[in-house]
Amino acid sequence: MQEVMIKKAAELLENGTVNRVMGWKAGEFIYDVTPAVFETAEELKDFVYGDFCAPNLSKYMVAESKKDGKILVFLKPCDTYSFNELLCEHRINRDGVYVVGIPCDGKTDIEKIKALAGPGIIDIKREGDNLKVQTAYGSSELSRDDVKLDRCLVCKSHKHVAYDELIGEDGEIRESKRFDEVERLEHMTPEERFSFWRGELSKCIRCNACRNVCPACTCEKCVFDNPASGVENKAASTSFEENMFHIIRAFHVAGRCTDCGECSRVCPQHIPLHLLNRKFIKDINELYGEYQAGADPESRSPVVDFTKNDAEPGIIYERGGNE
Amino acid sequence: MQKIGVFVCHCGTNIAATVDVQKVAQTLKNEPGVVFSTDYQYMCSESGQDIIKNAIAEYKLTGVVICSCSPRMHEATFRRAAEKAGLNPYMVEIANIREQCSWIHKEMQTATEKAVILGRAAIAKVHLNAPLTAGESPVTKRALVIGGGIAGIQTALDIADAGFNVDIVEKKPTIGGKMAQIDKTFPTLDCAACILTPKMVDCAQNDKINIYAYSEVEDISGFVGNFSVKIRKKARYVDETKCTGCGLCTEKCPQKNVPNEFNLGFDNRRAIYIPFAQAVPKKATIDPDYCTMLKTGKCGVCSKLCTAGAIDYKQKDQIIEEKYGAIIVATGFEPIKVDKYDEFAYSQSKDVVTSLELERLMNAAGPTKGTLLRPSDGTHPHTIVFVQCVGSRCEDEKGKPYCSKVCCMYTAKHAMLIREKYPDTEVYVFYIDVRTPGKNFDEFYRRAVEQYGVHYIKGMVGKVMPRADGKLEVRASDLLLGKQLHIDADMVVLAVAIEPDKTARPLATMLTASMDTNDFFTEAHPKLRPVESPTAGIFLSGMCQGPKDIPETVAQASAAAAKAIGLLCKDKLTCNPCVAHSDEMMCNGCSLCANVCPYGAITYVDKEFRMPNRTTAIRRVSSVNPAVCQGCGACTVACPSGAMDLSGFSNRQIMSEVDAICK
Repeated sequence: MQEVMIKKAAELLENGTVNRVMGWKAGEFIYDVTPAVFETAEELKDFVYGDFCAPNLSKYMVAESKKDGKILVFLKPCDTYSFNELLCEHRINRDGVYVVGIPCDGKTDIEKIKALAGPGIIDIKREGDNLKVQTAYGSSELSRDDVKLDRCLVCKSHKHVAYDELIGEDGEIRESKRFDEVERLEHMTPEERFSFWRGELSKCIRCNACRNVCPACTCEKCVFDNPASGVENKAASTSFEENMFHIIRAFHVAGRCTDCGECSRVCPQHIPLHLLNRKFIKDINELYGEYQAGADPESRSPVVDFTKNDAEPGIIYERGGNE
Repeated sequence: MQKIGVFVCHCGTNIAATVDVQKVAQTLKNEPGVVFSTDYQYMCSESGQDIIKNAIAEYKLTGVVICSCSPRMHEATFRRAAEKAGLNPYMVEIANIREQCSWIHKEMQTATEKAVILGRAAIAKVHLNAPLTAGESPVTKRALVIGGGIAGIQTALDIADAGFNVDIVEKKPTIGGKMAQIDKTFPTLDCAACILTPKMVDCAQNDKINIYAYSEVEDISGFVGNFSVKIRKKARYVDETKCTGCGLCTEKCPQKNVPNEFNLGFDNRRAIYIPFAQAVPKKATIDPDYCTMLKTGKCGVCSKLCTAGAIDYKQKDQIIEEKYGAIIVATGFEPIKVDKYDEFAYSQSKDVVTSLELERLMNAAGPTKGTLLRPSDGTHPHTIVFVQCVGSRCEDEKGKPYCSKVCCMYTAKHAMLIREKYPDTEVYVFYIDVRTPGKNFDEFYRRAVEQYGVHYIKGMVGKVMPRADGKLEVRASDLLLGKQLHIDADMVVLAVAIEPDKTARPLATMLTASMDTNDFFTEAHPKLRPVESPTAGIFLSGMCQGPKDIPETVAQASAAAAKAIGLLCKDKLTCNPCVAHSDEMMCNGCSLCANVCPYGAITYVDKEFRMPNRTTAIRRVSSVNPAVCQGCGACTVACPSGAMDLSGFSNRQIMSEVDAICK
């Protein structure tokens, strides 16, 4: 796949369709892959695509699509939802982007691999549905299913919802069990749930990684950076503030979050932040009918829309918001 | 730093009985910025207002906090008082310690504590208040009346009488509404048509009144004084300017089997029809669901017959756009569907009818020419049972919780008329209560009982069973005698509940006017502003606001007209300065605010901005039209970056109120 993509990128650079390519390049270790922009065919030698190319590239398009020329971006199915949502919000200049959809069968979680294979990882090779892991202390073979990212285990779609061109066949929208975990939280007593979230959120170190990676967080000026907003803060100054940071963020992205799961993936403290957003998505589905943010670039999220048929807010809990 | 005066109102004992007002005034005196604090029995009274004015002058107040009733009640009063004393009216804040405090608490201590907290929140807000200046907007001197029943007709006539142009939009081909279908009116028993049709003619002949019959309101935008309305004039397939209303086509049309809705389906009309002889406008209408020409392209009889050449099979719906200063809603009512009340056998027997159907059966212009005959076999009925409260005062989901108000009286009327005309007919009325408040109403009811010998029985009918011999077996209980009754009736008449017209709900949404759970329009104040909607410039006339009889409807119609005239008389209206505005530097251009704006007040512009390093960039930013914005604040909540803010209710002001409450 990586070769096909490099070939495609080189071809589009060559014929002038695009003047830049957005993809991923390897870091010091095989698993620390980072998003990168390539401007020439020579630079593409560093281009990688593999089991660790989890980062969602759509958010980069907010800035990149407005630069001169056109940029090629490789988007996995789940990334295309974020891309569409950003189009909805007029954050991306569609004419500045050439989207190539690429297939994805789930990305792997290095933390899970480390836990199973031990430290000192030197090399990881994919062999069918298994991963061959070479460490300084020996080698082992792991099933990919055991080390996939949590979000990929409940993948919602193999279908690309936005692209100019596809590599390979397009997939289908999948039956996903992604709300099971939310349901588990819903069944807790308020006290249990409160202590669960206190336990999780108090781990927060306010590194802002979740916000910085989130494709729904593209504000010109984030409220957390704006002294006039009243919630601006560089670090949590009280024990409850870290909770508020995440709750405010969850409200800000409610109805717009496509459930790409980047927030939880990048969290250095492993806080399951996606559960906050997923709860909102579940509530929206139940109260207003199924809605997948980003599925349709023309769609409007029920929570950030006004129609003449809107139910009065006071009765939505009684009979749903579908009238 | 603001210099704030705090004024705590007793509201007689409304507040003072549950809130220690003196303590509230004393405690709030110690809040930062408060330089004067007092309490008084009635702050809204002239002497109360003088206390405020004097304090503003004496202490050079820059902000005023009034702890009193809801701002809906007296905010305007206090703002005016402050303005007279030279203070910007938007430097006044109300802490609602009546509706939100004294009325809902019983204990003095908790209520007092809460009153102090609410006062603190208002003080915290005033610290961030800035003087605001209201703009002005012109008033379009034309009114729209939606609905052409007696309510709409009366309102239109009164507005036209005051010299203003008024348009009536009626969805049926003629104005007249339900009253045109009624036979006689209580308690005077004069003929409904005799008092209604002259008013209909007056409407048609008044050059200030324009009737859009067979039309519906499609879209409403704008605001008080400047509504912009799209009216869909449905295709009649008849050129109204040419049709003379001679009625020849309605006699010769070969399509004879169309149920006549004006007679509630008791007889048939043709596919081209005039609803009734006194229709206004008296123009023919082709029913596209039945017309053979429109359906198959073959026929054309009416077109050949019409000497005026008025038939136009190619006519299309027309959209008319018009501007109005005031809108009066007079959408009226419908009787509820009785299919949920199968115990009364309405669907099983033709001889079980609703009261409105009985009106047609007794009307001289009705299907039986006014002779009361059983719909099933055309014989004269000898025993008639009336069932009251079918769906009214109903506790379960099937019916309506309210009293429909008119049924007791019209049933007394029906019973009396039947006994008068057919003394050999026994009439039974089953009731829960007989409600007869109103001028000459109880006398009327007693006449039915005492003079005309109508059998009033307290109790409900349990079941009506049609028998093979054509009789209706009525099983009921007499609650006063405590026994079961079996009556063999020839007819059963159901006094079904009334409900607002189905078109009212979507209309309310277009008007952004509020409704109650029963879909009746809510008035701005149930006692003091009964004909105004809380939405400025929208007035309520007739049954759309709640059940009422004809005299009440006419009174309310004229009241609504008076309110509308009061608005139309003005040349300019003061705008609300509490409108949204966007901080362009923070705006993402994401359109969320425009998506949630119910008034369409937000548009987007591409604007060039200076960016770092001497560069420029074109960014998509939102722009609010302050004349259209109603200050609802939906956009400020939707805006993720906080670029959108509302003057007078800024995010910072609201947060500081919250902080003051949570302190």
